[in-house]
Amino acid sequence: MPLDNVVFWVFAPISIGSAIGMLFQRNAVHAALFLIVNFFTIAIFFLILGAPFLFAVQIIVYAGAILVLFLFVIMLLGVDREETLIEQLRGQRPLAIVLGLGIAVELFFAIRAGVGFATRGPENFDEVANRGLVGNAEALSRVLFRNYFFPFEVTSILLIIAAIAVMVLASRRARAITRAEQAAAVDRRETEPVA
Amino acid sequence: MRTPIAYFLILSAALFAIGTVGVLVRRNALVIFMSVELQLNAVNVALVAFSRMHNELDGQVLAFFSMVVAAAEVVVGLAIILNVYRRRHSAIVDDVSLLRG
Repeated sequence: MPLDNVVFWVFAPISIGSAIGMLFQRNAVHAALFLIVNFFTIAIFFLILGAPFLFAVQIIVYAGAILVLFLFVIMLLGVDREETLIEQLRGQRPLAIVLGLGIAVELFFAIRAGVGFATRGPENFDEVANRGLVGNAEALSRVLFRNYFFPFEVTSILLIIAAIAVMVLASRRARAITRAEQAAAVDRRETEPVA
Repeated sequence: MRTPIAYFLILSAALFAIGTVGVLVRRNALVIFMSVELQLNAVNVALVAFSRMHNELDGQVLAFFSMVVAAAEVVVGLAIILNVYRRRHSAIVDDVSLLRG
């Protein structure tokens, strides 16, 4: 049995299992920890698909940055409250599960029709895709900066916009005091006995 | 590479479906957000698998862009959830029903 097959069959159940664990975990912190496991297995799939650069980026960005941000916000909001199981809309939950299964089955048949189970990845992916360059990172950067240079610059602008937007959204804005509030404060000061 | 590409695609489809169910079933806004992240990751797996199948690196570049956009989206979304929490003292989406008809 070749190595990539073994790695796939070891990590695919872990990936699906951690995703389902996230789905059924009522505590938000535990759900986030299950999601970290899932992100690591996805990084390993990137590795066996011949994308070592994305493997590193997946671990640094998702497991490192995004999940820490999630955990930080969960801790900030407080973790003591668990979700209630009372349904606001009757029958919404079973319907959602049926719809999810429907999507899975539909995608399964689409993959069977479109790709088929006989298609395998080429053995010489590294040589062909990297075009004789040193490694995946160099080849990827050449594609990125030659063919996708404009989208790359647009994403940098997007990141700056997101950073500024978050600063505006998350800051506790100093509210302008209305004239009525000012008058009330003055009244209170005048009526209060001086200690 | 002996594993058929379709296996990776089916795994990606399964993760995407689980993420969809999570978005529809869960009530906590943070967990809904995590499910959206799961869906994005599932699509990334499919992109990298197609990149392998066609012997080109464009799929990997696209997955890279989707990661960058996901990072920006998470940051803004969490700030919005934080703001909603400050106003309503709850991150449960059922409590934010001001626009309900």
